Formats: sequence, C-alpha cells, structure tokens
Amino acid sequence: MEKKKFNPTITFIVAVLGSYIAFIVCMQQGIINNYISGIIVSILINVIMAVSLALVTGYLGELALGHAGFMAIGAYGAAITTMHLELPIYIEFPIGLMFGGMLAAIVGVIIGIPALRLRGDYLGIITLGFGEIIRIILNNMKITNGARGLSGIPSYSTFTITFFITAITIAILYKIINSRTGRAIVAIRDNEIATDCVGISTFYYKTLAFAIAAFFAGIAGGLYAHYHTVLVPSSFDFMQSIEILIIVVLGGMGNLFGTIIAAIVLCTMNEVLRSFSEYRMIAYSLVLIIMMICKAKNITFTSLKAKLTNKKGA
Amino acid sequence: MEALLEVSNISVSFGGIKPVDQFELHLQAGELVGLIGPNGAGKTTIFNLLTGVYTPSEGYIKLDGKTISNLKSYQIVQQGIARTFQNIRLFKSMSVIENVKVAFNNRLSYTLPDRLFNTPKYKAQEEWLHNEAMELLKIFDLQDDANEISMNLPYGKQRKLEIARALAVNPKLLLLDEPAAGMNPQETVELMNTIKLIRDKFNITILLIEHDMQLVMSICERLVVIEYGKIIAKGTPDEIKHNERVIAAYLGE
Repeated sequence: MEKKKFNPTITFIVAVLGSYIAFIVCMQQGIINNYISGIIVSILINVIMAVSLALVTGYLGELALGHAGFMAIGAYGAAITTMHLELPIYIEFPIGLMFGGMLAAIVGVIIGIPALRLRGDYLGIITLGFGEIIRIILNNMKITNGARGLSGIPSYSTFTITFFITAITIAILYKIINSRTGRAIVAIRDNEIATDCVGISTFYYKTLAFAIAAFFAGIAGGLYAHYHTVLVPSSFDFMQSIEILIIVVLGGMGNLFGTIIAAIVLCTMNEVLRSFSEYRMIAYSLVLIIMMICKAKNITFTSLKAKLTNKKGA
Repeated sequence: MEALLEVSNISVSFGGIKPVDQFELHLQAGELVGLIGPNGAGKTTIFNLLTGVYTPSEGYIKLDGKTISNLKSYQIVQQGIARTFQNIRLFKSMSVIENVKVAFNNRLSYTLPDRLFNTPKYKAQEEWLHNEAMELLKIFDLQDDANEISMNLPYGKQRKLEIARALAVNPKLLLLDEPAAGMNPQETVELMNTIKLIRDKFNITILLIEHDMQLVMSICERLVVIEYGKIIAKGTPDEIKHNERVIAAYLGE
C-alpha cells in the first residue's frame, strides 16, 4: 500500500503509443517487412479474440467452445456490409465492424439464454454445438456464397487500424472487469449461490458477459475478413475455438495481461514453427500439461519471482 | 402493529418427505429470534424457503405485507432479506473488501458507459462504496485484512466477513445460519456482542439458527423450536428451557 501507484490510464496510453511508434519506426526502417507486419495484424486479431473469451472463460468461469462461431458471424456481417455499401472507408468500415459486432452479440444473447442454464462441461458441449451450427448455416446460405466463400472483400485492416482497435478493446475489457459488473461476474465464478444471495441476478450477468465477449469476437472477425479479403466458413471451425481457448488457459484464466502475452507468444510460435506445423498440437498439449502442473502446485510468475528475490536476500 | 415477516403455514415436500410442515412465524421489526431444533429438524430448509432457494408448496411468506414466496432468490434479497450460510460461501478468490463490495451492487446505479468514460457519477459512487465497505469491515474488526484474499482468512473471520457481506445489501431482515459454528468460546462471546450491536446500529430484525445454547439463550428474545419440520414450542428462553417437549426432543424420552 505504501508503494507509489501508477495511474493505470496514463500508463496504458503511454505503453500503447510507445509501442505503436516503435512499430511504425521499425516498419519505415525496413526492420519489419510487409510479411511480418501482416503476421502482427493476425496476432492482434487473436489478441482481441483471446481477451474477449477471457471474460467468459477466465472471469465468469464458464467453458465456452464456440467462440469461432461469433467470429464468423462478425466476419461475414462486416464483409457483406462493406461489400454492399459504396461509401468511403472511414464511414463504411466502422459501420461494417459495428454491424458485425452487434450481430454477433445478438446471436450471443440468443444462444446464451438457453445455454447459460447449464454449467461446466455441459455448457462447453452446447456452445461447441452452437459454434458448429453457425458454421454450417454459413456454409449453406446464399448471401455468404456457401462453401466457396466470399472474395473481393476490401482490404481495410491495416496495421494502424487493427492496433488501435485492439488497444481500445483491451481498455474497455479492463474497465468492465474493474467495475461493479466485473465484480459481479467474478463473484459468479467464485460462488454462484452466494452471488444470488447478495441480490445479483446471475443469469443477467452471465448473459451480459457472454454478449460482450461475442461482440468483441465479432469485431475481431470483421478485422479478420478485411485483412484476409477472402472468407470461407471452414476457417471458423472447432479447432479455431480451441486455439483461442488454449491462449486463455495459458494466460492464466482470469488474467487479462497474461492472456495478451500468451496470445502474442503462441501466435509468434505458430509462425516461427510453421515448418513443424503438424507437431503444433503436440506442443500445445505439452504446454497445457506443464501449465496444469504449475497451477496445481501454485507456481506463478509472482511466486517464482518471490522465490528468486528471497534467495538473493538470504 | 403489522409484522415485518409473516410466514403462514408453509410446507415443502421432496418426494415423500416433508422437511417443513405447516411452519409459521411472525417477526416484528427489531426482534432477535432464535430458531432451534435437533439436527435434521428442517431449520436450514426454512432458511432456504425464506430466501427463495425452494418455493413452498403450501402457504405464503410476506415481507412488509408483500408476498415474496414466488420470487427468485436475488429478488427476495432486493426486497430486504439477507442471509449467511452454514457452510461458508465466500467469494474465495476476491479480497475481503471486494467481497463486501459485490454485495453493494444493487445500491449502486452507475452503468457501463459511466465506467468506460470515468464519469463523475462513477467516481463518486466508487468512492462512497469504498468508504461504506470499510465502515462495515470496521464493525467486524476486519479493516486490517481488507486487502487479504478472503480464502486465506482464519475461520472465525470468514464467518464475520459473511455477516458483513450480508449486511452490505442493506437488509430489513438478516438470517444467520449457525454464525458461531466452529468458533471458540471467546470468539462466540465477541460474536454475540457484535450481533446485538448490528441489530441496534442497523435497526434490523434478526433470525438465527444456532446450536450453541448459551449464545441462543442469552441474546434471543424469543425462540422457536422445531422437530421433524414442525413447531413444537415457542416462547422466551426461560420458557423453552423448562419445556418438556423440547427437553424430550433434545435428550430423548
């Protein structure tokens, strides 16, 4: 308590602007080429996906395996909007992203109302099912061009836009978590019955968390669509949801900062180890096992740090 | 004077068992009443009925003249009944003060946009919340543990924190389910004083379940004794002490 406290808002803004300038300078100096900056955009999209899922899985404590489904809705919603509107980018892109996000949030509420009556594995299975249903519907609709997918989507997701949308997403989620809404959400994870007994409608807050997560997954989808410029339903399959879930688990379940780091590390590893991509799942499971052992023995970065500093002191 | 809580002949049955049968209770505002009975008598089930965990199959419950027996748990809390649990149910991963802050949720009115733009409304309410929560912790002598993770508190303090959390919802009626369970005699005496204190300070009505007869007899003004879900005796502690049905229920005939 004696420690001087940094103002989180100012720290965050400085960190965001600092890293943005660093990236831009690197790009202009040619240290980061187009290929790498493209990878950075897809990493940022994964960061949005992971932090939004962290709200449901980490903070609310509910297993959701259909996150890629919301991403798909956002991606198609945004892509179809910008393809049909003939407006300048700075008008139609925000409209498209918001439309995709809202659509995903609405579907999130519709799915959440029946699904969130269940808990644990059962909720996992039902969200998995809904995720697949979304994909199959997209596969069979005229407007989405079925399994052939959409192509010719304008390429709007530049590094700058994606970077700032990611930063805003993180800021919004951080604020939500550190508010009365966030307290209610974490309370539900800790003890649902007790939460009910302090007068909080657990159902309302669960649905709200689910909808917020779906909204940001939709935004991430919109960015994804305008980055790849082609969309096929098969890229939003079950494995995509699992990959995001792995990031959240690695990030420490209910730790926003950890989730961001995990997203960056895992996605970078994916790119670096591209040539070994068939062994990726083995690496994932190994990392997960190590993670679980650490968790069971209560080994965290903080405890490791405390141990190291203690040794130095002694 | 109209009763604060009016419980009229409520029953509930699970399959063929009737854990609560024709239970009735009238509580006046400001009373401190004990609900006692042997193990398995249905005391906690009555609490669960009062707080909407179960819905009574017969009879009704009225709080301040309003029927509450068909409301959901969280709505009943909003009407003014708070409770603690026999097996402690804290928000384990949260700090002590956060536990209390959660319970203030319905007394705050700022919205998510208020939070996103840090409006004066948000700042004022969070500041008020922090002060109120600290005040509550002080009553239970928990102010020094405010930033401790609640799971790491010793058992006696966890029980106190549960009561503090229940008070944070600003109840008219507080239900305490074995508040002294697992406490040593000295802690029990302290708790008794705290219970009396909060009754006077917050001007609330308290109904408590307790096995510690010394505690019950010394602080409750009235007692209700139940056995097998039925009321077998009512009255002042002195009357209950000498009631033969009660002695038989506890000691056997």
